[in-house]
Amino acid sequence: MHMSDALLSPTVGGALWAGTIGTIVYCARKLKEKMDEKMIPLMGVLGAFIFAGQMINFTIPGTGSSGHIGGGMLLAILLGPYSAFLVIASVLMVQALFFADGGLLALGANIWNLGIYPCFIAYPLIYRTIVRQKISPRRITIATILSVVIGLQLGALSVVLETKMSGITELPLSTFLLLMQPIHLAIGLIEGFATAGIVIYVRTLRPDIVEDLEGVKALSSSGSLKKVLVVMAVLAVITGSAFSWFASTYPDGLEWSIEKIYGKPEISEKENPIKKSLSKLQEKTAVLPDYSFPSKGEEEAKPSWPAVDPGTSFAGFIGGIMVLVLIFIFGIGIKYIRKHKEKT
Amino acid sequence: MTFDSEYFNLGYLDTLSYKDTFVHRLDPRVKLFVSFIFILFVVSFPKYELSGLMPFFIYPVFLLTAGDIPLKAIVKKVLFVSPFAIFIGIFNPLIDTNVIIKLFGVPVTGGWVSFFSIIVKFILTVSTALLLIAVTSFPGICEALERLKLPKIFVVQLLFLYRYLFVLFEETLRMVRAREARSFGKKGKEMKTFIRLVSVLLIKSVERAERIYQAMLSRGFRGEIKVLKIHSLRLQDVLFAIFSVIIFYAFRNFDIVSLIGETLRSFFR
Repeated sequence: MHMSDALLSPTVGGALWAGTIGTIVYCARKLKEKMDEKMIPLMGVLGAFIFAGQMINFTIPGTGSSGHIGGGMLLAILLGPYSAFLVIASVLMVQALFFADGGLLALGANIWNLGIYPCFIAYPLIYRTIVRQKISPRRITIATILSVVIGLQLGALSVVLETKMSGITELPLSTFLLLMQPIHLAIGLIEGFATAGIVIYVRTLRPDIVEDLEGVKALSSSGSLKKVLVVMAVLAVITGSAFSWFASTYPDGLEWSIEKIYGKPEISEKENPIKKSLSKLQEKTAVLPDYSFPSKGEEEAKPSWPAVDPGTSFAGFIGGIMVLVLIFIFGIGIKYIRKHKEKT
Repeated sequence: MTFDSEYFNLGYLDTLSYKDTFVHRLDPRVKLFVSFIFILFVVSFPKYELSGLMPFFIYPVFLLTAGDIPLKAIVKKVLFVSPFAIFIGIFNPLIDTNVIIKLFGVPVTGGWVSFFSIIVKFILTVSTALLLIAVTSFPGICEALERLKLPKIFVVQLLFLYRYLFVLFEETLRMVRAREARSFGKKGKEMKTFIRLVSVLLIKSVERAERIYQAMLSRGFRGEIKVLKIHSLRLQDVLFAIFSVIIFYAFRNFDIVSLIGETLRSFFR
């Protein structure tokens, strides 16, 4: 359920990046307060372990197809929320760069979707509350499955909302939800079951590892989690609204293209040359297209794309092919220059 | 099996990043910045834009050719990638059936246009991410992150992760091979075996981390890790950044494609 660059608008992607970076800085600060130096190599190696562990596949019961674990919740249980969040962010970063899972802009959204919910909602509110009173295999199993399922459901819900807010897909919200949530319920149950099994098995083999890690975790997670949630919520709202404001002060991408097609902006601007040139300037600086929640009314208004002059779109078609050919020649040119240079 | 090929590919991209070309020599911060701006420009296009995206192919093509990266390596990876965007995008042609253009008399619906727009954006952004790592190297990216003032703990454990990725991959490869050698057909992949295998790998990893920590201590580690800084911002880095951003800006805001198309059309008349 990796989010993809192609489905995000700059506003949504940017806001989630801001929230993600804020959380990374916050976690790092929290860890610095009561830093156990041993944690640094442990975090790095466990990050690598998540990758390696994903290479081991298993048969999904009842289906015959094979799957692997995501491992976010496992990290939260072993390392505590702050370290786990940093490791999840790192794992996703390597995935984005080497496996091209999602892309660079979507990386912020992916860290948010797969990191925030297991580390700061499912782990403290579900796992810890259940396991705190008494640690037993049954309690661990129930707590793990429940928190993995809830974490994944929230993540999947976020993917739906982010895509919807970016306004790229035509899928109605309800269909989209029906498509995403049940699949991730099934994934969550399997992942939760596997994670619980691993936690319990490691406890029986090397109880000191789990105990040890739980000791570290107790130290590092003693801060008030409510504060984290509040800070994050405020951060999200501020960045979101700041970005939206920024986006809405620039003309809409749609308006801009309509204007281009008809060649004339609104009539009143004709009378005022200064205002006209100002708005021209504004058009030219429109990097972020207008952004708003796709409300019902707007949805109805939008699809009536203006009847495009067939000549214009034909020109676009030919022009597009021409540009690709030019870029191809450009590429061959650079290759040629490189080869030539090597010879001399 | 995908395992071996994935492992090979990771190492392959790493090998490519040690080449010495103009783009490889650029400061990692600059490459990170330009690539990020590039992606922002690409995704800022409205959903019905298709032709306007075409000029943006120049950036990945530039990285590919100037960085001497084999085209096959990138294309294979882009095709291999989990196509969540395509899965979501394919619904557009089914739902949005308003005809917006007629090309050679064939009506094209808005859904198809927005679907191909998603595909083109997907190819542009994904290939740029892969090319970025192929011309920068992962330690280079980490250096850039550290200098962009991301927390040191984060950067240092990221470097650890990368370093031990290859070690643990080899370890896992041996374990998976051992499992396959001892099992027949679909056997050996049950949940029970899986849990034990992963648990052993986890314990091995934790023990390795303990040994690493002891090795660090015996080499004088006192809680401070220095990240290697090789690169410095030179004139060509600044020029590359400015030049790229100007080009992206021009491509985004001036309709070059229609201009070329119109010129061609009037030429043929």
